[in-house]
Amino acid sequence: MSFEQALRCRECGREYPLAPIFSCEYCFGPLEVAYDYDGIRAAVTRDSIERGPTSIWRYEALLPCDPAYKVDIGTGFTPLIKADRLAKAIGLDTLWIKNDTTNPTWSFKDRVVSVAIARARQFGFTAMACASTGNLANSVSAHAAAAGMEAYVFIPQDLEEGKVVGSAVYSPNLVMVDGNYDDVNRLCTELAYAHPWAFVNINVRPFYAEGSRTLAYEVAEQLGWRTPQRVVAPMASGSLFTKIYKGFQELHKVGLIDEPIVHMSGAQPEGCSPIATAFANHTLNFVPQKPNTIARSLAIGNPADGYYALKVMEETEGSAEMASDDEIVAGVKLLAETEGIFAETAGGTTIACLQKLVASGAIRRDEETVAFITGGGLKTIEAVQGKLIEPLRVTPNMASFESAVAARDGALAAGGR
Amino acid sequence: MASKHVRFTFEPDQVKQPVIYQLGHEFQVVTSIRMAAVDNSIGWVVLEIEGEPDEIERSIAWAQAQGVRVDDPTLGDVVEG
Repeated sequence: MSFEQALRCRECGREYPLAPIFSCEYCFGPLEVAYDYDGIRAAVTRDSIERGPTSIWRYEALLPCDPAYKVDIGTGFTPLIKADRLAKAIGLDTLWIKNDTTNPTWSFKDRVVSVAIARARQFGFTAMACASTGNLANSVSAHAAAAGMEAYVFIPQDLEEGKVVGSAVYSPNLVMVDGNYDDVNRLCTELAYAHPWAFVNINVRPFYAEGSRTLAYEVAEQLGWRTPQRVVAPMASGSLFTKIYKGFQELHKVGLIDEPIVHMSGAQPEGCSPIATAFANHTLNFVPQKPNTIARSLAIGNPADGYYALKVMEETEGSAEMASDDEIVAGVKLLAETEGIFAETAGGTTIACLQKLVASGAIRRDEETVAFITGGGLKTIEAVQGKLIEPLRVTPNMASFESAVAARDGALAAGGR
Repeated sequence: MASKHVRFTFEPDQVKQPVIYQLGHEFQVVTSIRMAAVDNSIGWVVLEIEGEPDEIERSIAWAQAQGVRVDDPTLGDVVEG
């Protein structure tokens, strides 16, 4: 059962019926799903959730769609890992990694797309669409395939081969756009108005964005129905960041956790840092940027929820940080070498920013922290290629192996002197 | 008559320029401010512009030529990671 009630403008509070619309006719503010929290409180307990499936659908009462329309390819309830070796390396007492690289298409986008496609089917759409530099394209393609729906997936012309294959394998209508980033944005906005598609982050955006709240639900449940003291999460549009906080607040509203006292910190790459720059300038109004970063999944120069992300930081006494491309690669390697998790560049950004926030004192050593790793590293191997160890090359005999190891150890010792 | 919703973003050196006033004088369009904010580092305004479609587009092109960034007011970037 779903407890969604209406769409409500985040700016002026005007309400609209549940429909594939996304902005207020009066003030053009973004619309957000409003729920019957009293109804949820009466229907849901910790026990009832814990008896549910090990996926996002254990929280179906909190999702804005009829679960009868769900397309379940196994998204969610991803591991929350106690990261002691990484914590020690960066100077924290207690650090957890929420590892969303284990989703069906290896990123958190499966959460938002799961909700978007369920609500799109409920609305009667027969085709899904998106514009993406990778993760979203992969997830929409996979979910549409599983649902037997048409998918229109728009990608920039210079996308890495791995990301193209990660969508193409599901046989969507894959459209490579010959143009720059702004051209792709403009074209897709026009197409979204002209075609009867469920464009996941346009006309069904209010529903799509709600999927990210499941990250907060899972973390709270996995910690024993409580919140951490600090969250560090990547910021692109700012939606994920704001929805994690909203998720914690909602769990309290429906009586599942105590009032959350959590500081929210956001991570951005230096090459696309409109939100972190605004935070540094002590303003809630960001200046859009032209992205230039290896963290392409965070390359949103004009973030739709940037203002709201800054509001969350203000409200929670949180913070923002940014990392250079070299720091992002170092972050990817540090997470891999200490915790055995291979993250994409967005994860490297999160780890690099976490490290900087601890070093600067913005995060205290004794704050229990959860870092959100939102995508798997095999999608962005280009970012780390040439910056990793080289394999020892040997012929198939013992002497060659022993000789190569001795030479490697000798070189390391010489380098260390 | 048509109408279009836009968000103008002004850099600090543009905040004091009367761009919206001039827009209404130079072109046959009517502007209606729906949301706005100005501080030391940035100003932005969400506008509804009414007029003939070509005149609206010409007025927006003129604003861009003045150095104003023009976006869809509600979406931000559509291309996601």
